[in-house]
Amino acid sequence: MIMSGLDLDIEHGSRVAIIGANGTGKSTLIRMLVRLVEPGGGDIRLLGETVRELDAPGLKRLRSRVGFVFQRHNLVTRLSALTNVVHGVQSRMSGPRTWTQLLAPRQVRAEAMHCLERVGLADKAMARIDTLSGGQSQRVAVARMLMQRPELVIADEPDASLDPKSGEEVMATLAALANEQDATLIFVSHRMEHAIRFSERIVGLGGGRVALDKPSGAVSEAELTRFFHHD
Amino acid sequence: MTEVKTPPARHLPPRVERVNPVAFVLTVAVAAFVIWSMTTAGPSLDQLARGLPNIGNILSRMFPPDLERIDRILWSLFQTFQMAVAGCAIGLVLSVPLGILAAEGLSPHPAIRTAARSLIAVFRTVPDLVWALIFVIAVGLGSPAGVLAIAIDVMGFAARFFAEAMEETDKGPREALSALGANRLGMIMSAVLPAASPSMIATSLYCLEKATRASVVLGLVGAGGIGVELKVAFDLFAYQTAATIILVILILVIAVEQTGGWLRRKII
Repeated sequence: MIMSGLDLDIEHGSRVAIIGANGTGKSTLIRMLVRLVEPGGGDIRLLGETVRELDAPGLKRLRSRVGFVFQRHNLVTRLSALTNVVHGVQSRMSGPRTWTQLLAPRQVRAEAMHCLERVGLADKAMARIDTLSGGQSQRVAVARMLMQRPELVIADEPDASLDPKSGEEVMATLAALANEQDATLIFVSHRMEHAIRFSERIVGLGGGRVALDKPSGAVSEAELTRFFHHD
Repeated sequence: MTEVKTPPARHLPPRVERVNPVAFVLTVAVAAFVIWSMTTAGPSLDQLARGLPNIGNILSRMFPPDLERIDRILWSLFQTFQMAVAGCAIGLVLSVPLGILAAEGLSPHPAIRTAARSLIAVFRTVPDLVWALIFVIAVGLGSPAGVLAIAIDVMGFAARFFAEAMEETDKGPREALSALGANRLGMIMSAVLPAASPSMIATSLYCLEKATRASVVLGLVGAGGIGVELKVAFDLFAYQTAATIILVILILVIAVEQTGGWLRRKII
């Protein structure tokens, strides 16, 4: 069992960083929130839903309200940035018009372009993902997430596979966008400076439970580094 | 000069590992079966000695190729290629859903996956000539039987490779779309098929090459195409006409293979 007796409440609109050493269950915890990992027990309430009790259509509806950004961009590399962003509309539409920008309705294309503009990549709309840098690809993934118009944004180490500058850009974009949309942001990061700078609250996992829970302003990088070394 | 010291013989490893008795018996049995098959089913030296001059005789009677009926032969070749294209197109279109049903992680249920895999195995295992015989009985002599035989043969090959290509695609984009609430069809059409498309196009081009070769021989069992012309030419000992037919078939097959190879390199 990775976690036991873990109790955590997160307020709507807040920005929370989850930290912890490898293997403490950070990714498992945030994946369990939308049942990308099935929880073996316990109780998860998210956006007014009891997650474990949801049937397949209910789970699909919940997932459509939650934007998930992964450690890797998880885009289709052979397709254009615009088509990948259009895919985000599948949270509320289905059918061939959501499969490619070629068939997408005018308003969906326009919204996808707006999402790309918000992450500063409108000029790369027709570029294939495999021609973009890692940081740009991750920002396209953020744009796809924005197409969902999410109420909650979950990010699993979105800065992990990027160089320091790109990682910081992606985190800044995520935090700013969550702020603009009044969406809750929960992110996992191994970079202490990102945890402090882009969150209001830091939750540290250790020994399968919450071992640290403080406002970001009340902790220093040195304290967080000590936390890592202890747990 | 430095003297090389040879280690004592007892320190050297054995040249051959200790033989497993079961593996040894199996190897001997297989070797015996191969030799037995060659002696009973293969041509004897006497037959080879008598047959080679006959082949030389037939080849000499084929030249020069007879071009008198070239317009009819070329038209028949064109119809044969149409048969290959139509059969291949039908087979490939049906292979996509069949491949999805047979692919692990995409098939809606393990039982459906097993059924789809079994159907593909049946399509693949039965030779195209046997399918042609079945369809000649079912729909009558001519190209429709050939088109159906090619379509089934293509499905046996392409659906399996399509399923494997789809299984091998990166799971990340699928997981991302699943996480945002996309349905199964959306995931397949948006994430799986675009990623698998280079491999699927390469398989499709190979299928067209295979279908072109198959379409030539299907005529031998009455399933349309230039094969009928070839059979008639041989039956009437019109070897020069047969040579023309063989040459135009060769040109068509090489042209399709070369074009397919060029397209594959361009796409992949």
